[in-house]
Amino acid sequence: MFDLRGKSALITGASGGIGAEIARTLHGAGATVGLSGTRTDPLEALAGELGDRAHVLPCNLSDPEAVDTLPKQATEAMGSVDILVNNAGITRDNLFMRMSDEEWQSVINVNLTSTFKLCKGVMRGMMKARWGRIVNISSVVGATGNPGQANYAASKAGMVGMSKSLAYEVASRGITVNAIAPGFIATAMTDKLTDDQKSGIMGQIPAGRMGEAHEIAAATLYLASPEAAYVTGTTLHVNGGMAML
Amino acid sequence: MSDIADRVKKIVVEHLGVDEEKVSENASFIDDLGADSLDTVELVMAFEEEFGIEIPDDAAETIQTFGDAVGFISKAS
Repeated sequence: MFDLRGKSALITGASGGIGAEIARTLHGAGATVGLSGTRTDPLEALAGELGDRAHVLPCNLSDPEAVDTLPKQATEAMGSVDILVNNAGITRDNLFMRMSDEEWQSVINVNLTSTFKLCKGVMRGMMKARWGRIVNISSVVGATGNPGQANYAASKAGMVGMSKSLAYEVASRGITVNAIAPGFIATAMTDKLTDDQKSGIMGQIPAGRMGEAHEIAAATLYLASPEAAYVTGTTLHVNGGMAML
Repeated sequence: MSDIADRVKKIVVEHLGVDEEKVSENASFIDDLGADSLDTVELVMAFEEEFGIEIPDDAAETIQTFGDAVGFISKAS
């Protein structure tokens, strides 16, 4: 089950905790992986760890021209892009009343607009192949909201609405478009939280613990697999029960 | 019939699965040949590849019939 041999997957944000784990998992299922991210060193290290079938494709998603060329570079490196995982994301938290236009726009650009452009960039190949998988990594806060994260929550809710619309349009071509909404996942980002913050978070999670990156990767593997062909336009919530949607 | 028209017709017949006789000069892809809106996007993609040309989105919107396609491609290539 979940055999991705012969498939090529482009993963953005592969230098981060969740992205790297997604890349490892898809690679472990036999896929060729394109590792994209802003920091080249961790991408090179990950490619070295994976060995064959791993390509480093650095890209700064806040640079619109770089976003436009990424699908072409990925296709040149791997022959095709059969699976796209839009995992990269940034936060620029601030209270709504203090949020600047720049804080708003930069988060929307990287999280939402680059997702739109990358989906568009890989769509031609997927339509011709009559097969494709797009997995957009959203967030629980896109569904619930979160104080201090109006920009981030808007971008993540936007990814869900965009995914559903695209899913409608391309379902007849064998292409599925889905979202995953992680809850609190243990990464370098959450390591920075204080113990008080952590215990406050735990109180909201029925499972009583943070999620692990590999649990997001497993959900991604499922949605990317041939077995998930009949699942499209959905959002898979992976959050330990903190929001049952 | 010109070479371009033959090649366009072949693409249309293959992509939409219609009889060759139905692909007349004024045949509308959507109204007469059963294409949906995504089919018209795919047809334009196929024309671009077959003829090695770029068809911008605003031009693509004007290509409604078989005759439109042959006319546009004849001018562009």
